[in-house]
Amino acid sequence: MSANLQSMTKVFERPKSLTDARFTYCPGCHHGILTRIIGNVMDELDIAERTVGIAPVGCSVFAYLWYKADSQQVAHGRACAVATGIKRARPDLVVFSYQGDGDFASIGTAESIHAANRGENITVIFVNNQIYGMTGGEMAPTTLIGQKTTTTPDGRSASLFGYPIRFSEMIAQLEAPAYVTRQALYDTKHIMDATRAIKKAFQYQVDGVGFSLVEVLSTCPTNWRMTPVQANKYVAETVTEIFPLGDLLDRG
Amino acid sequence: MPKGTVVFDTERCKGCGLCIAACPRNVLAFSGTLNRSGYDVAHMANPEDCIGCGFCALTCPDIVIEVYREKVPS
Amino acid sequence: MAERLLLRGNEVIAEAAIRAGCQCYFAYPITPQAELLEHMARHMPRLGRTFVQAESEVAAINMVYGAAGAGVRTMTSSSSPGISLKQEGISYLAGSNLPAVIVNIVRGGPGLGNIAPSQCDYFQATKGGGHGDYHIIVLGPSTVPEAGELTMLAFDLADQYRIPVMILADGLLGQMMEPVELPDPIDPASLPVKEWATTGAKGRAPNIILSFDLDPEGLKQMNLDLQAKYRTITETEIRTEEVATEDADIVIAAYGTIARICKSVVRQARADGIKVGLFRPITLWPFPEAALRALSEKVDTVLTVEMSACQMWEDVRLAVAERAKTPFFGEMGGIVPTPRSILNEVKKHVR
Repeated sequence: MSANLQSMTKVFERPKSLTDARFTYCPGCHHGILTRIIGNVMDELDIAERTVGIAPVGCSVFAYLWYKADSQQVAHGRACAVATGIKRARPDLVVFSYQGDGDFASIGTAESIHAANRGENITVIFVNNQIYGMTGGEMAPTTLIGQKTTTTPDGRSASLFGYPIRFSEMIAQLEAPAYVTRQALYDTKHIMDATRAIKKAFQYQVDGVGFSLVEVLSTCPTNWRMTPVQANKYVAETVTEIFPLGDLLDRG
Repeated sequence: MPKGTVVFDTERCKGCGLCIAACPRNVLAFSGTLNRSGYDVAHMANPEDCIGCGFCALTCPDIVIEVYREKVPS
Repeated sequence: MAERLLLRGNEVIAEAAIRAGCQCYFAYPITPQAELLEHMARHMPRLGRTFVQAESEVAAINMVYGAAGAGVRTMTSSSSPGISLKQEGISYLAGSNLPAVIVNIVRGGPGLGNIAPSQCDYFQATKGGGHGDYHIIVLGPSTVPEAGELTMLAFDLADQYRIPVMILADGLLGQMMEPVELPDPIDPASLPVKEWATTGAKGRAPNIILSFDLDPEGLKQMNLDLQAKYRTITETEIRTEEVATEDADIVIAAYGTIARICKSVVRQARADGIKVGLFRPITLWPFPEAALRALSEKVDTVLTVEMSACQMWEDVRLAVAERAKTPFFGEMGGIVPTPRSILNEVKKHVR
């Protein structure tokens, strides 16, 4: 028996700050959840009209299609430098970068560290799924020891390729950043925690508090060779052991 | 407990199953019906148990689901 | 009212950029353009504009990309190895139709090379050092005052055509001092608003800056549009200087500081009874091919003089073909040929 929508209140719908475009992400990929959260936050803070998003290179290269806001698609790894340029040119805009683990923590290492160190008043969303999705599943700097990827077919070996890098912990050592946190999206509670964290990260920019970094542990069901539900469980049980959740720094 | 219901924009569903796993009341399941993209879309298998909590919509990566709750009389 | 100052080349370029309304300057230190950076560091903050010493030349060109996309006048400067680092960013700027000014104070190369003047980056500048079918406008000043004029012109051309513009100077020009008259400054706030820029999508559809289209037909159209732009620029923006070419038997083709030295050579040679002239491209891209071709119909020899291993010489050869002889004289390693050595070379080619 169908419910009568007329007598009901709609309590959840698509955020107004997002376009109608269909996400190009794989089934179960957390990029979609994260994008919805950002759209939500843009609605709540009413900032879409003065926001510039930065689309990186990676699975989220099409990020410029999702938001009813200006966007710049930029070179791989350079989003934090581009964000610096936009924010310095027009400090009234809300500028956020959205980057994967290759973009932010490998090729973009210098730009990421120095934007944080200068305390650029921007919001950085760092999607950490311990693998390179777009290019077919290679090792990321955040890949776990023993994790099989196309460039570590026998599992990542520390002696050959070092250890998964905890980039947020490194950024949290710096004097300038205002807020550094690591979140996850593998169940409702963590989705709600992440939403609060991302809202804070954008609020801090709006209030001029300073640089915010939100690292989001995400899944790559396709390249992890897992179902979306299995992938969520893997983050909950295994990934959080290496990448602990919570606020690393909050100077707000 | 307030009753709820959800509406699926079925052509956006990619059959990932996260909503099914997130539902605390076992309301959702795969329907066995494929959309135009070839995905087995989720649906309300037990609609009378829906409480409109929205957990399914919160986790849906493709914003497929709209959630409704009965108006609570004041 | 124009102000007369004694400045070195690096400083003039910086000051000209400020007066052209450059809002944001991002750069990394490298010899021999340190004074440019220092001038910007002192003056930009005073004027409420942006100066950032970036963590690398790569970061700097990407900061330029952001600021350019946000619709402000923006510039970076570097020297040869740093310009190599910027190539991906320059390709992105060109592909995204973004205006920006890039200054290359060329030094000896390849590799670390040295810090003496050279013209060994001509290929990199004009044939595209970055990937893809693109061009940037390349301007080659030969005096300190001209460096200032061309820098101001660069900002105008960049905005007019939504294209990166490079000032291709060298370590000699960067360091030498000359009296310069600079025009009154432009207030950046008075510049026209760029409707396509990412200024916040209030009351309009979102603006998206990108150089990407997965659909080959779409990317082909993007490229066709770029090529059409380049044709327009080639038809309307070529700039050259000719000295004593009307009755010349032999013409020197040279650009930049060496062209200025060649002006002395022309004077001396004429005094010695040699009918020599100078053809000086000011725009290196677009290269003044048609003008040089026409000139080569009337002369025996076009002698390219360049501090390189025959880079601009190739474009001279393409323009001249078999119409005249196309010898080359130059130096590498940061050595600047003397007027006497160039004159001796000219004499070798005179019948």
